Amino acid sequence: MSDKLKAAKPAEPNAAQQSTELSGNRFSGFARELVTGNALIPVLAVLASFLVGGILIAFSNESVQTASAYFFARPGDTFQAIGQAVFGAYDALFRGSIYNYQAGNFSDGILSLTQTLAYATPITIAGLGLAVAFRSGLFNIGGTGQIIVGAVGSTVIALYVPIWPGPLHFIVAVLAGILGGAIFGGFVGFLKATTGANEVIVTIMFNYVAAFALHYSLTTWLKAPLAVNPQSSPVPNDALYPLLAGDAYPLHAGFIAMLLAVAAVWWLMNRSSVGFHFKALGHNPSASKVAGININRTYFLVMAVSGALAGLAGTSQILGTEKYLGTGVAATYGFDAITVALLGRSNPLGVLAAGILFGGVRAGAVTMQANQNVPIDSVYVVQSMIVLFIAAPPLVRSIFFMPKQKEVRA
Amino acid sequence: MKLELRGITKRFGSLVANENVSLLVQPGEIHCLLGENGAGKSTLMNVLYGLYHADAGEILLDDKVVNFAGPGDAMAAGIGMVHQHFMLIPVFTVAENVILGHEPTKFGGVLDMAAARVKVREISDQFGFDLDPDAIVGDLPVGVQQRVEIVKALISNAQILIFDEPTAVLTPQETDELMAIMKALRERGTAIVFITHKLREVKEVADKITVLRLGKVVGEASPQESANELASMMVGRAVDLEIVKEPAKLGDASFVVSGLSALSHNGTKVLDDVSFEIHKGEILVIAGVQGNGQTELTEAILGLQYKATGSIKLNGEELLGKRVKQVLDMGVGFVPEDRTEDGLVADFTIAENLMLDRADRKPFVSGLNLRLAYLREFATKLVQQYDVRTQSIETKAGKLSGGNQQKVVLARELSRELKLFVASQPTRGLDVGSIEFVHEQIVKTRNSGLPVLIVATELDEAVQLGDRIAVMYRGKIVGIVPSTTPRQVLGQMMAGISA
Amino acid sequence: MKALKLGAVRVPIILSVLTLITLWLAVAAPSGITTIQVNSNANSTGAAGEAFRFANITAITAQSAWISFGLTAIVTALAWWFSLTARKPSRWLSIGFGVIFVFNILISLFNGQTMTITALLHGSLSLAVPLVFGSLAGVLSERVGLVNIAIEGQLLAGAFVSALVATLVQNPWAGLVGALVAGAFVSWLLAVFAIRYVVDQIIIGVVLNVLIVGLTNFMFSTFMSSNQALFNSPPRMPSIDVPGLSQIPVLGPVFFSQSPIVYLMYFAVAGVWFALYKTRWGLRLRAVGEYPKAADTVGIKVYATRYRSVMIGGALAGLGGAFFTLGQSLAFGKEMTNGAGYIALAALIFGRWNPVYAAFAGLLFGFAENLQYSLSTVGSNVPSDFLLMLPYVLTVVLVAGLVGKVTGPAAAGKAYIKS
Repeated sequence: MSDKLKAAKPAEPNAAQQSTELSGNRFSGFARELVTGNALIPVLAVLASFLVGGILIAFSNESVQTASAYFFARPGDTFQAIGQAVFGAYDALFRGSIYNYQAGNFSDGILSLTQTLAYATPITIAGLGLAVAFRSGLFNIGGTGQIIVGAVGSTVIALYVPIWPGPLHFIVAVLAGILGGAIFGGFVGFLKATTGANEVIVTIMFNYVAAFALHYSLTTWLKAPLAVNPQSSPVPNDALYPLLAGDAYPLHAGFIAMLLAVAAVWWLMNRSSVGFHFKALGHNPSASKVAGININRTYFLVMAVSGALAGLAGTSQILGTEKYLGTGVAATYGFDAITVALLGRSNPLGVLAAGILFGGVRAGAVTMQANQNVPIDSVYVVQSMIVLFIAAPPLVRSIFFMPKQKEVRA
Repeated sequence: MKLELRGITKRFGSLVANENVSLLVQPGEIHCLLGENGAGKSTLMNVLYGLYHADAGEILLDDKVVNFAGPGDAMAAGIGMVHQHFMLIPVFTVAENVILGHEPTKFGGVLDMAAARVKVREISDQFGFDLDPDAIVGDLPVGVQQRVEIVKALISNAQILIFDEPTAVLTPQETDELMAIMKALRERGTAIVFITHKLREVKEVADKITVLRLGKVVGEASPQESANELASMMVGRAVDLEIVKEPAKLGDASFVVSGLSALSHNGTKVLDDVSFEIHKGEILVIAGVQGNGQTELTEAILGLQYKATGSIKLNGEELLGKRVKQVLDMGVGFVPEDRTEDGLVADFTIAENLMLDRADRKPFVSGLNLRLAYLREFATKLVQQYDVRTQSIETKAGKLSGGNQQKVVLARELSRELKLFVASQPTRGLDVGSIEFVHEQIVKTRNSGLPVLIVATELDEAVQLGDRIAVMYRGKIVGIVPSTTPRQVLGQMMAGISA
Repeated sequence: MKALKLGAVRVPIILSVLTLITLWLAVAAPSGITTIQVNSNANSTGAAGEAFRFANITAITAQSAWISFGLTAIVTALAWWFSLTARKPSRWLSIGFGVIFVFNILISLFNGQTMTITALLHGSLSLAVPLVFGSLAGVLSERVGLVNIAIEGQLLAGAFVSALVATLVQNPWAGLVGALVAGAFVSWLLAVFAIRYVVDQIIIGVVLNVLIVGLTNFMFSTFMSSNQALFNSPPRMPSIDVPGLSQIPVLGPVFFSQSPIVYLMYFAVAGVWFALYKTRWGLRLRAVGEYPKAADTVGIKVYATRYRSVMIGGALAGLGGAFFTLGQSLAFGKEMTNGAGYIALAALIFGRWNPVYAAFAGLLFGFAENLQYSLSTVGSNVPSDFLLMLPYVLTVVLVAGLVGKVTGPAAAGKAYIKS
């Protein structure tokens, strides 16, 4: 028993010294990741995926195909063609997403960046929703459905509620979107809490239910009177997100909402008792239950918060970018959100960075398709490769000839 | 068949689980492998059974060196194992479980279930097991499941049989029956390796004893040696197996359970009209074989058994029907039986685990904002007070040893204002030093005038710790007796025969 | 044990609710006549001479609705009687109820129109083939312990490769082999990431689906669509009449005058069932999916078993994908599987991880989907979106345990890490 006392002593000063970490927890964690090379993985995963993308581009390029027909006669031609194809594509990507140096003047050139930020807004917000769910041990695949329901919510308020004074119409429309997503997400949490239904299956199924319900709505009660396609009437101006940089740029106040959401989620997950319960549930539901945490309410809350963020992402589409409700409102944002949450390691700032990266890829892909004939579908490929690489660090290490590490579980 | 292990060394990272361990087991011999939790007994047997690869050393069967790539090879060589956690598939039948891996087949890999049934009956009849080959294993009582496990080990004609802590789940009677089976196997010339930390069993059946400590063989002993001697070999210092506690100073009966009943999911009664009371300053031990309603009893107290009926009163206030949070708020401290599953969040730091039950309460929170500075102070204090050996309060709970994890749980639960303390198998899987610490804390809590409820499955612990003992069998309290009651009587009660 | 449990009266309660719906259908029945045609007019099934032709039956919608209500009420009463006298209600009761109920709904839906039974069945079967193959892939994968969300990707890869290979080689059978390989390859990826890199099985499934969508779309846009003749005009796989069986009235032409892929499906369902429950291979496979460590301790190679089973499943899903192109003699189109993989997943859960039940669930979902097409062709004004929703809603109802608890293989979704 004497050795017990001996060991107790050094624990104390250490505790005091390390306890400062409580406040700077995240940063020391980040530093540790940098040192062990874990922070490099996302960067390398993105790099590797763009390499794969490059191969695809080269493969699909016509002049490469032509040159490769006489590869053995003049291999140089092939390599030159490959170089041109890949460089041309990624150059277009840069021009479409960050700064179009061919535009001549700055105000036209910077349009690309604002487009990137506009694309990034819904992706990031939905990704934050996913991140909250991930860290609470729930896998919310229902981003698509929750975006749809949120979008319907804000469309209904925007279209059918008479115009209110000042920004009230806009504010209520946004809140309706958030509420719609929260209810649809929360319902999944409720089902899980009361019946034990697996949230993955339920959210997958609900995505389809929402999509069909949306299609039904857009062909019946929500349909714009004269429209041929299933779509709603345009949203009145007073319900729109204000533009941030004038009419010439697509950047709207949804971007501000996104930044606020990043801060809010950071506070929620790192500084609030609610988030503490979320995380406890995520790591160990049964211990949380024994510690008196109301599991059922927490399941509901997690899914409601996650859905609310997806709903907010939906509002940025309706009230910011598209300005009407169509069947494609959720686009691929449900999946983008998963990718972004994984790439950002479910950390709000990481999600922000990943969201902007993907916004850029989306914006640039349009230019890439227009200028270089690279199908926009290449983005899916790059995006899913990123997730594959992130999920399997050993794979990335072997690609970049990094030393083997103890296998890390994703 | 003769079994010899020579110089087996097995490392997991920097941890040496077995260091240069040698062992010789003759046919027709019951060889006990005795050691504390974590001494490396199971690791050694897993090496022998082909589940682990030894880093050094060799295994000899009848003086021939063998190499096992996996359990399949070990079984083919005539080694069978009765696992501590049964390796049975609950949704399969007895026959399917028994033949798995050695399936009798007709042409084209089609199962011959008729042959399988015959085989099961054959072996089962040899030992009077009376197993129904078509019963679903998950529906069988634990004792019967173990027999399935034994038949499974014997089906490939095992000459060497390993029993890994086989008595943990058995009643004293079932334990006696198992001992008889082991003796019968010995008569047939089977070599038996019997892993245990229960000295009484060792003394009853062992022909030879090898004691392991911290991965090394510390010596051989004969079954004639006294329990205290064997214990000190196991632990490495003189151990006093007695728990020192002064006579109870009883207050009034502040915790009263009456007529408590509950149904399981499939409608069987898991608690059947349970009634007892505990006085302030008294320890009541609920003894019994695992799975006789003890878990459900503690769950009912805590508010985790939704469908329980009856009454649970603490200082006159009803607990039944309240949510867990309310029960905790009423002053119930609870140490669950599975600390990694129910007691701690392994990925949380020690500090976070210490506020797991009160993160939404002042002073840990103001508004919804966590007060991390206060938490730091609080955690630092508790870590010292409860002697949690750690580098930092930021260490993840999952990285701590079992003993230190249990101290974190104890610290959290005892640092609330308590009116009742409940602990379910609080020393399960701990080393002797930690067991002593936990016992001290429990006695201290009782001395401070709280009613204390302890669930114990080991009779020794029950007798030592309890002021009174209530024995549970199939959801009922068979009787409540003083802790001076003879072991035989308690053993009979654990099998359902009332005193 | 004597207490009346909710589980015991669940069936009669559900039947009672559904009976109320039939009552409502009867009360609200429109005045009109529904024509039931057993054989199709145009002989669109291409059957080798339908030996028997049935006269058209006309039913007054309201009348038949009341008859259905009476029948369902009787069945429900029987179910109550069985339950309350503590007997197990026969499964046939529920099945009989279901048939009457569905028929009743059909008559109401087709009010004023002509309902052609063979066309309904034929269409259902066609839509069900990929679902059945997909759910078999799910069964083989989940039974061995791997959650397979990537069925969609396996189907899509099968469809793409079968079209490409069949066109290049100018032989549909080569396309079929290509589909097998493609499906197996996608599931190999799933297995590698799930087993070797211990990635969450759901994440990897979702990602693989998107990867396959991206890759096939990309290749379709870059070379396939611009040169359909060279890359995307798979030759037709002729349908075969099974001698004898195809002569069975009504059902024969529907089930036995079909593409060879359909016959493969019959064999696959029976084969998977037999292999799973009657052979050593299946016993070991299920053991690995329930309790991999127990399997390991008796010398079964857990990882190899998982790889093998998942890949066989993927190959079957590939065949299902080939049906989109070769089975219906269509060219490959972007995302042509259109969520069939997720419905197959639903069928798998609906069929409680049993290949035969899953196949029937696949047929049911195919029926629902086909009904939607049939109704829109006859110009019924029932909103088709709700019919399309049906499989998804049913699955949610099922996993939420409202129709009894479903439990899959115990170890599905959990990685097994050998120490």
